[in-house]
Amino acid sequence: MQRHHDMGGLDAGPVERTEHDYAPWEKRVDAIMRLLTDKKRRVMTVDELRRNIEELGPGAYDEMSYYQRWMASIGNNLLEKGVIGVDELGRKMAEVEARWQTAREA
Amino acid sequence: MADGEGGMSTRFRRGDRVCVRRAHPPGHVRTPFYIRGHRGVVDSVAGDFADPEELAYGRDGLPRKTLYRVRFRQNELWPGYAGSADDSLVVDVYEHWLDPAEQKTEEAS
Repeated sequence: MQRHHDMGGLDAGPVERTEHDYAPWEKRVDAIMRLLTDKKRRVMTVDELRRNIEELGPGAYDEMSYYQRWMASIGNNLLEKGVIGVDELGRKMAEVEARWQTAREA
Repeated sequence: MADGEGGMSTRFRRGDRVCVRRAHPPGHVRTPFYIRGHRGVVDSVAGDFADPEELAYGRDGLPRKTLYRVRFRQNELWPGYAGSADDSLVVDVYEHWLDPAEQKTEEAS
């Protein structure tokens, strides 16, 4: 069976060739990944990043942007490895969202 | 040219005809769907690397696997390919995904 992410050769429409800058959070996700995979820490590998991106499944895979997929995968890898806990991550996400809501309403 | 460094067995050489295994394991693999079951020619031996299909599950990826650059004809990969018959595509393929092309029966072409 052809897995959803394995889309080489399928119709994908035109390629957008314009350069675009990355949002600060996207740069941060990139930096987090570099720290987790560096020779000093070796918390995870780029192969594990790929594996959990592929495990997102068709719906999430298509809806998420590039770095959203990275963040979801990094989160799942850190949960698997026991670096963070589900409850801990959930609370932190709620806290960040509340902070963002407050900033937006200000 | 990494060729058998550190006792690695290198099963194929430049110019060998190979056939990509038509396999569909459920996990993380590095061989794209569109070349599986297709024949190609070894362009070069890229070296040996910790197995990414093992690294993906948090293991050490040992023993290391030999990686090849395999050249495929575009018109054999894509039905109704409109480009030149000389167009080709080189894909990195690990040794455990390759069989000698001679061992394959004609139905695989």
